[in-house]
Amino acid sequence: MGHLHKEYMPGLRLSCYSLPVATLSPVRPKIVLRHVGIVRATHWLTVVAFLALLITGMLIVISHPRFYWGETGNVNMKPAFTLPIPASRDTVPTGYKYVMPDENGWSRYLHFEAAWLLVLTALVYGVWGLVSGHFRRNILPLRGERSWGAIWARMVKYLHRSPPDKLEEKSYNVLQRVAYLVVIFVLFPLIIWTGLAMSPSFTGAFPATAWLIGGRQTARTLHFFLSWALVAFLIVHVAMIAISGFWRRMRAMTLGRAREAEDDI
Amino acid sequence: MSLITRRRLITTGLATVAGATGLGVADKLSRKYGLVPPDCKGVYGAGETLTYGVQRLLTRNATAREFPRSMISEKPFANEIAPPTEAFKKMQARSFVDWRLTVDGMVEHPLTLSLADLKTMPVHSQITEVACEEGWSYIAEWIGTPLSNVLNAAGLKPGVKYIYYHAVEPYLWETIDMDDAMHPQTLLTMGMNDGDLPVGFGGPLRLRVPRQLGYKSLKFVTHITAVDSVKNIGKGLGSVDPEYGYAWFAGI
Repeated sequence: MGHLHKEYMPGLRLSCYSLPVATLSPVRPKIVLRHVGIVRATHWLTVVAFLALLITGMLIVISHPRFYWGETGNVNMKPAFTLPIPASRDTVPTGYKYVMPDENGWSRYLHFEAAWLLVLTALVYGVWGLVSGHFRRNILPLRGERSWGAIWARMVKYLHRSPPDKLEEKSYNVLQRVAYLVVIFVLFPLIIWTGLAMSPSFTGAFPATAWLIGGRQTARTLHFFLSWALVAFLIVHVAMIAISGFWRRMRAMTLGRAREAEDDI
Repeated sequence: MSLITRRRLITTGLATVAGATGLGVADKLSRKYGLVPPDCKGVYGAGETLTYGVQRLLTRNATAREFPRSMISEKPFANEIAPPTEAFKKMQARSFVDWRLTVDGMVEHPLTLSLADLKTMPVHSQITEVACEEGWSYIAEWIGTPLSNVLNAAGLKPGVKYIYYHAVEPYLWETIDMDDAMHPQTLLTMGMNDGDLPVGFGGPLRLRVPRQLGYKSLKFVTHITAVDSVKNIGKGLGSVDPEYGYAWFAGI
């Protein structure tokens, strides 16, 4: 382990993916450091925070499963849409006779605590990603691939189940880059923004957070849609991992190492 | 190996001491500047303390958004209230002339005020949103006298940290910190949309705290007490909400 650890050091400093590390025995497959420590740590912290936010978010929503556009909305107003589920409050007309148990209190406590975990993790990851060049190197699509054509071409490759390029062993392909780019720089920032736009105190200090997106109820409705967009990403993300070799991917994201020959997503 | 271990030990030791000292200093400073909520303990304490502390640093002097008259909700929603008691119904039948607001605790001059007394104080109105933690909201015009007028009339003694207020139902009580208590928008509300405050919306007297979610705007307020600590009220968590699992600070 000692020599391997030493060999990893340049990779740790330079990028998410190190160069292949020569092992002492030439017959053993080459080992690559697939993900550096900070990526692995922030990844799993985000997983914990996101799952807590998702579950508590659903429990909060059932206290008023109606959605509105604009600044205000309540049961005396026409909703934009209603979820076909019972509510945890008997004041909400849902068409069901059943009233769900009220889990709003602890759900809100945990929702905001998990939101802090997410925001602080995002700060660490964001600053590191900018400073280390991780975003530029591994997340921004490569210069020659910033086109719909390149995205389409990679999609076709997936659909034909063609093996990945040699280059993809070291870093992400264009589809992965676009997906991560959207999640990191669009969906998460927007879901944090729409969350803050529901805070009466925060919008007092920063009113633009609410009016720029069209009001408090619009923020709530968008917050709901954004959470489903992130769930859609999660489903595709986990499905791709399962297809490409679940335990190998898990090893790469936990221990950081993957054998180069197997590194085929 | 032993060198690394020793070096590691020393670095870890120093880091731990520095970290502990830093946390200690942060704790003292945050308590001094009122950045720690009463429900700062337990599983959710860390998140709650971060929320309240950062909100107070960023939004201490902010005012809740006010809206144009055209945005007043045509059909505001009044949440359920407990069935009124016989005593309440009697007062209601006499247009609440017997309603009294007691102001006591750490004040120079304890007061007992009728609604007529409150109406002689400078009247303010504001068009603000009531946002319930459940998700719904409405906008209304609220008319009354700022709580700060009443507190100044009673004369706060030094060292007051919270205002404890409770409803005609003794099991409903809240506290707010002095930032919210002295805030110009924190209103002892007697009127709504150019009429008397309806009973369903907390009439005859509701304390509107528009920088926080609806549940801090207690209906049917009868008693206000200035205190230096919330430790001895209820379970010491700052309001009845944390006892039901809801956060004391509802600015989010």
